[in-house]
Amino acid sequence: MKPAPFEYYAPKTVEEALQNLTDLGYSGKVLAGGQSLIPAMNFRMARPSALVDLNTVAELAYIRPTADGGIAIGTMTRDSVVEYDPIVKQRMPIVAETIGYIAHAQIRARGTFGGAIAHADPAAQLPALSLALNAKLLVKRKGGERWVTAEEFIVGPFMTVLEPEDLLVEVVLPPLAPRTAGSYKQVSRQRGGYAQAATISMVGLDDRDRVKDVRCVLFSVGETPILSKYAAKVLVGNEPTEAAIADVAAYVAKNECDPGSDLHGTAEYRRQLVQVLVRRSLTEAVLRAKK
Amino acid sequence: MTQLVKINVTVNGVSYEREVEPRLLLSDFIRHDLKLTGTHVGCEHGLCGACTILFDGESVRSCIMFAVMADRHTIETVESLGTPDHLHPLQEAFMEKHALQCGFCTPGFLMTLVDYLGDNKNPTDEEIREAIDGNFCRCTGYENIVEAVRLAAKKMAAHS
Repeated sequence: MKPAPFEYYAPKTVEEALQNLTDLGYSGKVLAGGQSLIPAMNFRMARPSALVDLNTVAELAYIRPTADGGIAIGTMTRDSVVEYDPIVKQRMPIVAETIGYIAHAQIRARGTFGGAIAHADPAAQLPALSLALNAKLLVKRKGGERWVTAEEFIVGPFMTVLEPEDLLVEVVLPPLAPRTAGSYKQVSRQRGGYAQAATISMVGLDDRDRVKDVRCVLFSVGETPILSKYAAKVLVGNEPTEAAIADVAAYVAKNECDPGSDLHGTAEYRRQLVQVLVRRSLTEAVLRAKK
Repeated sequence: MTQLVKINVTVNGVSYEREVEPRLLLSDFIRHDLKLTGTHVGCEHGLCGACTILFDGESVRSCIMFAVMADRHTIETVESLGTPDHLHPLQEAFMEKHALQCGFCTPGFLMTLVDYLGDNKNPTDEEIREAIDGNFCRCTGYENIVEAVRLAAKKMAAHS
């Protein structure tokens, strides 16, 4: 058989899952949708000695619109369920737009919203989206819980603040302010493949079309998704003119990302992609926010 | 001592009860335990799409699921589509349009498309290409597959 042997736990409730994780400590690993973990196990690049399978925990799969206009998503909600949810589409169209770029339909049918964030792949869409939307993450462990912002959550490539006994149980996407819209842009060699560079921009405008809030996130060009500090510094309070956006794009590409070189493109080429993509996504987000 | 887990899976309308090791992949369970060898395994890490099956009616990759995850779920494999005498309209279209050469990838394409065409009755060529973007074919160059899907959509509309 391809994967190395492991002990298997199939809890029915969150409480049972937390107990399993506490008992197992460093030898336990959570199995969510499995679309990244199982391929790694097939190659024996990952050899967890015990898996706690959340697929049997029905209470972790839900989409709950919150009273303030946000959306709470249970960690085991499948990507495709979020992608086609009418309330998600209405409240935050950027979510469905982003999910459409995750691998292929067969993967989105199994992959989970929370699983992808907890996996913290620097080239993955959902960790970047959670950062762009300023998501709040509910982390539970036996006898306790805490809220963590998306910014605090990811600490390195495939590394998060989660301890072995912790479980990410819910992702809350806070409501978007009026006149706020987003735009996703990426370049990849084929549809569904990893992006060579990608950006998600969220722009909020005031009633005189000046930028009230901007969150421009780059990913697949560094060790974690990157929230541009410069974009917020220079755009907030000002009109998002073509020149201002071009300045942000140039600065971000030069100073705020750290792409590597590989077979398919040099670091220099990928910086250039960042510049183009940041410009396009900010421009489109502004246009959409004005509508 | 090897842990064994009892699972109950319905495959192509037949209910199976089996004991499996947790690390057994669903694709290998289907092929080796159930002897349903129509489901092919290519890359075995979720890239090529050859192992696509329907899991509770949705197309998924069986090589990146464990058999234990199918407990109390329903699966359809390519064997559920048609017989040599009574091909599914999608299979007929693949035959008529020469949408396969070696045929290795075909079960995966068929299971992807039977799900897709169920929800999308009249796709454009661009939508067809998007629908098959998770399946590799190394023989045809995809042109005849796209043609076959177009024909299949017409055939399926006529059947319904």
